[in-house]
Formats: sequence, structure tokens, C-alpha cells
Amino acid sequence: MTGKQLKQSLVFNIFRLISLSVVAILFVILGFIVTRGIKVVNWEFLTSMPKDQMTHGGIYPAIIGTLCLIAGSMVFAFPIGVMSAIYMNEYLKESFLKKFIRTMTNNLAGIPSIVFGLFGMALFVNTMKFGDSIIAGSLTLGLMALPVIIRTTEEALKSVDDSLRIGSYALGATRLQTIRRVVLPVAFPNILTGLILSIGRVSGETAPILFTVAAYFLPKLPSSIFDSVMALPYHLYVLTTSGTNVTESRPMAYGTAFVLIMIVLILNLLANLVRRIAGKKTKMN
Amino acid sequence: MNPLKRFIEKITRGVLFTSSMVTSVTVLLVVLFLFKEGIGLFNQNSVEKHLVIAVNSENPVSAISSTDVKSIFNQDITNWKQVGGKDLEILPRSIDELAAQFTEEQLGEGFKNLSSLIETYILETPGVIASIPDSYLKNDFKGKLIPLKKISLKEFLTGTEWIPTAHPAAVFGAWPLILGTLWVSLGAILLALPIGLITAIYMSEVAGQRFRNILKPVIELLSGIPSVVYGFFGLVVLVPLIQKLFKLGVGETALAGSIVLAIMSLPTIITIAEDALRTTPRALKEASLALGASHWQTLVRVIIPYAKSGIIAAVILGIGRAVGETMAVLMVTGNASVIPHTFLEPVRTIPATIAAELGEAPFGGTHFKALFALGIILFIMTFVFNTLVETVKTKKI
Repeated sequence: MTGKQLKQSLVFNIFRLISLSVVAILFVILGFIVTRGIKVVNWEFLTSMPKDQMTHGGIYPAIIGTLCLIAGSMVFAFPIGVMSAIYMNEYLKESFLKKFIRTMTNNLAGIPSIVFGLFGMALFVNTMKFGDSIIAGSLTLGLMALPVIIRTTEEALKSVDDSLRIGSYALGATRLQTIRRVVLPVAFPNILTGLILSIGRVSGETAPILFTVAAYFLPKLPSSIFDSVMALPYHLYVLTTSGTNVTESRPMAYGTAFVLIMIVLILNLLANLVRRIAGKKTKMN
Repeated sequence: MNPLKRFIEKITRGVLFTSSMVTSVTVLLVVLFLFKEGIGLFNQNSVEKHLVIAVNSENPVSAISSTDVKSIFNQDITNWKQVGGKDLEILPRSIDELAAQFTEEQLGEGFKNLSSLIETYILETPGVIASIPDSYLKNDFKGKLIPLKKISLKEFLTGTEWIPTAHPAAVFGAWPLILGTLWVSLGAILLALPIGLITAIYMSEVAGQRFRNILKPVIELLSGIPSVVYGFFGLVVLVPLIQKLFKLGVGETALAGSIVLAIMSLPTIITIAEDALRTTPRALKEASLALGASHWQTLVRVIIPYAKSGIIAAVILGIGRAVGETMAVLMVTGNASVIPHTFLEPVRTIPATIAAELGEAPFGGTHFKALFALGIILFIMTFVFNTLVETVKTKKI
């Protein structure tokens, strides 16, 4: 081995070690929370109300609250995001308008989550008088998730082979028919992946819901979209930093963190699964 | 095509167009609402509501700023000369101090004499400055009410103290918060950059498919973990560790914030840098190898220079993310609004300040507006970073 090669293999081994440290970081964090959280989480923890100043009981209302927020934000953001991507990819040619929309979407993606919180509070809670409510929180979270949905849908549409479109037009189909019957079915699995990943993001966001929906302690379930709710990420924050008894509610915090991590893990697995199935399908075709 | 079909096509097109405008409209609304609330800060002073500041009628000072009011009552300013008046000692008096000077008999039933007693006291004491609730001010008050200067932009940006609860005037100086944000973010990027870049290089140029198949999902998971979970991990693991390691009184420091943020910005840096490295044309690499260069030389002399702009974009985007991150930083940095000197002190960032204080700030009040003004600063910071990324990306250096 020459000196040059020796140096190279040394450097690459160091690089390898550093890359492995990134893997190690993830496993340390996951391991730490999973080993401590799994002792707390059981059926009762998931399905009962918090009690004794949040040092015992469960996180049921926070789980329901987070589910409400996921549903609320996606009901609104998913169709708008997908339609927006369809318009950009299927209708617009490279033009000023397309560039403008893309720049604005990138800017929206870059706005910090706490600024979304401020905005949601000023617009939905105060100006539109929704108060601290599921609808105010969902709209704020939905707007935040919009760029992610648009970007992934656009990628999905771009990956649809143009020959399919041309074939459809050649058979006399209109643009709308082509999109509905040809483009969307092919792009669907990748669009679904985008949806799953943005659900993951919405479920973990705290800053945008601080002032738009999240309740500190509310041991009952919401009855309308104008109620405020507890939510998992905010609940974890409260348990760790501002609960009445931070040390005694520590096990509850581990449990909540565990549930949040599990949501992310499961959604990521699901997204990869969909991606793999979709990959196989296109290969078969 | 029949007319109905054509009509449906047209409607669809309209609906799709409207949807595509939502992001643009949202950005504009965000700007509008931030400015609508935030700009109001510069249209008022920060003295508590229903308080007036009164001085002796002979006093030549025509107006003072809220910051000076606070300094006077803190006794940081002790002579009228310092705020443009005569060479005279300042005697600051709050309403409690004023009332304490008189006997219960003098004050009368239900403090009914208090307002005239205050007036007499102010008229007889040349150096006095009193903060009085306007309900205790006589209708024909003969002393001098000092108008308060509005909060200036300069005062807000360069003020070195952020004390929203100070009496009788709150102080809103964003400088320590701006510095805190930059310190924590720069610290994070210094930690994350070498690790992130090396990982990206290793992934795109050296590692085999198997290793890449492990790293990809790891990075996806790292970016998927909610920031509040990172904050929780930082608080229960990193903070005690730092406290023990550096023998500090508190472990909640800028360093803790930087480490957590570094981990959080790794996925951004790795993904974007890797994308950039991958764009290097195969022909360039092969030409270099064909000239007898080693893999390592090709990497350093050909691939990295080619991907330079993408790598720079990754760095800027990483900083941009770090600047706006809220929850994790809020949980581990200790939130002391002082100008940072070392990484081993508590600091407070702009997002953390907004998150911690907005809940307590009365709606529409000065504090509320000051927090929105902080939001504007944050928005401008991230906007600048995003624009920089766009220009760097489009301009292949």
C-alpha cells in the first residue's frame, strides 16, 4: 500500500466512524426514552384521564386531542396541498406565476413554528374569534404542513412518466380525465407517503398550538370544534417544565415521550412500506 | 367536447388555481398580522396603564423615555442632569411611598385626602418624580405631568435589558435575545457542520449501498422526532451531564441548547449536502480518476468544489432552522435574558421568549405587541436566510 492509499483509507475509516456516530445518536435517544417509557405505558395509561395533579393516571385526553388536530389539519391541508401541486405540475408551464408560487411556498416552509403560533393566535383566535379551539389549532397546523404536502405531491406527479399522459390524450381524454384516471392513480402511493409524513410532523408540533388550542389540564373530551384540547407534545412540555410536581410526574413524561416517539416510528415505517409496495408495483408494470 | 364538460374543466381549473394561491396568501397574511400587532409597539410607551408620571412644576424636563423612567425608579439615574434637566437630585416616589409619608388621620377616610396631599407634596419638592395611578390625580393638578417618549426602534433593537414586568415602566430591549439566538444557533452549526458534512460525503461517495440503506431511515427518523422530545431528552440527560462535567450551578446553558439544536439540524445538513454532492457529473469524477488521482483527491479537488454552492446552502438552511427552533431551546437553555459571554451561561432566544411570555401578556398590551415585534425580527432573520439559500442555489459558483 502506498502512502497515498494509506492516508485515504485512514481518512475514510474516520469518516465511517463519524457517520456511525449519527446512527449512535439516534439509538441513544430512542433507547433512553423507550427503555424508561415502556415501563409506564400500558392500556390504562393510554385510556384514562390524568389525575393527582398529573402525577398519575393516563394521557387519554391528550391522545384524543392530538388525533383531533391531525384530522382537523389534514382535512383542510391535504386537499388544498394536492390541488395546488396538481395545478403547478399539470397546468402551469415554467412561468413567472409558477416561480412566484414556488418561492412563496418555500418562504412559508421557512417560517419558524413559533411565528405560526403568533399568526394563528392573531388571525384565528383573535380576529376570527374562534378562541382557543380545535379549529384554530387545526388551521394553524394545516397551513404549516401545506408546503410539505405540496412538495411531496409535486415530486410524486413529476415521477409519473409523460408517455402515460400523452397516451391518454391520444385516446381522446381531456386534461381532467387524464389527471383523474391516469396521473393520480399512478402517483397515489407517493402522495400517500407525503400525507403520512406530514401527519407525523403535525402530531409532534408544539409551538403553533401553544396559543391556538392547547390546554394545560383539561380532563374531558372535546364536544365541538370550538373546544380547546390537551395535546401530546404540549402535555410533555407541561409535565417536564411547568407541572405542579415535576419530579413525581417524570414517569408520566417518559410515557408521553414514548408514545410520541412510537407515533413517529410507526408513521415512518408505514411511509416506507407504502413506498416499497409502490416501487414493486411500478417494476411489475 | 360538449359544453358541460368544458364548463367542468374550467371550474376545476379555477379551484386548482385558488388552492395554489393559498400559500402565497398565507405568507402575505403572516407578514400583515405580524406587522399590524408588532408595529403598534413603537406607537406607545411602556409605562403601566393608568399610571401618570408627575414632577414639580418648576422642572424644565419636557419628556423622558420609558427606559429612563425605569432607570430612575431603579436609581440607576439619580440626577436630573442625566435626563436633560437641572443639577438636582432625583427623588423617585411610588404611590405606596407617597402614601406612607402621611398619617392615617391626614389621609382621612378611604384615602379621600390623598390626591391633594400628593399635589402639595409634589409642588413643595423640587427634585421629585412620582408615579401615580390617574385615579389619585386631582382634576386641577397643578404639578407637571411629564409626557413619555414613544418606544423607539433603536431603543428596542439595541436595548440591553428585557424586563417586561418592571415597575413602573417595562423595558423591552431585544439585544440580549437577538444575541442569545445567534449564539445558540452558531454554536449548533459549529457542532453539526463537521459531522453533517462528513456524513454526507461518506454517504454519497464512499459508503456502499448497505450502509446507505441503514443511514437513510436513521436520518428520516432523526428529522421526524418532535422538538419537544429533543427538549425533554436534553433536559433529563444533557443538562445534568453538562452541570456535572463543567461543575456549574445550573446545567441549563447555551451549550445545552447548541448541542440539542446541532442534533436537530443534522438531518437538514446531511440531506441537502448529500443532494448537492450527488449532482457532480460522473464524467468529472471519472476524468479525475483517469488522471491518476486517488478517490480522496478526487473528492477534495473535484467533487467538493463542484458541490460548493449546495454545501453552502445546507449550512445556511441549517442555521435558519436553528434560529427558529422553539421548544427544545426553551426547555434546555435556562432562559435568562442577559447578554451571553460564554457558552456555559444560561441564555434566552427570541422564539423561547415568545413561547414563554405570550401566554401571560395581556391581549393588545405593550408586552403583547413587543412579542409580536420579536416575531417580526425572527421572521426577517429566517427570510434573509431563505433568500440567501435561494440565491446560492441558483447561482452555481
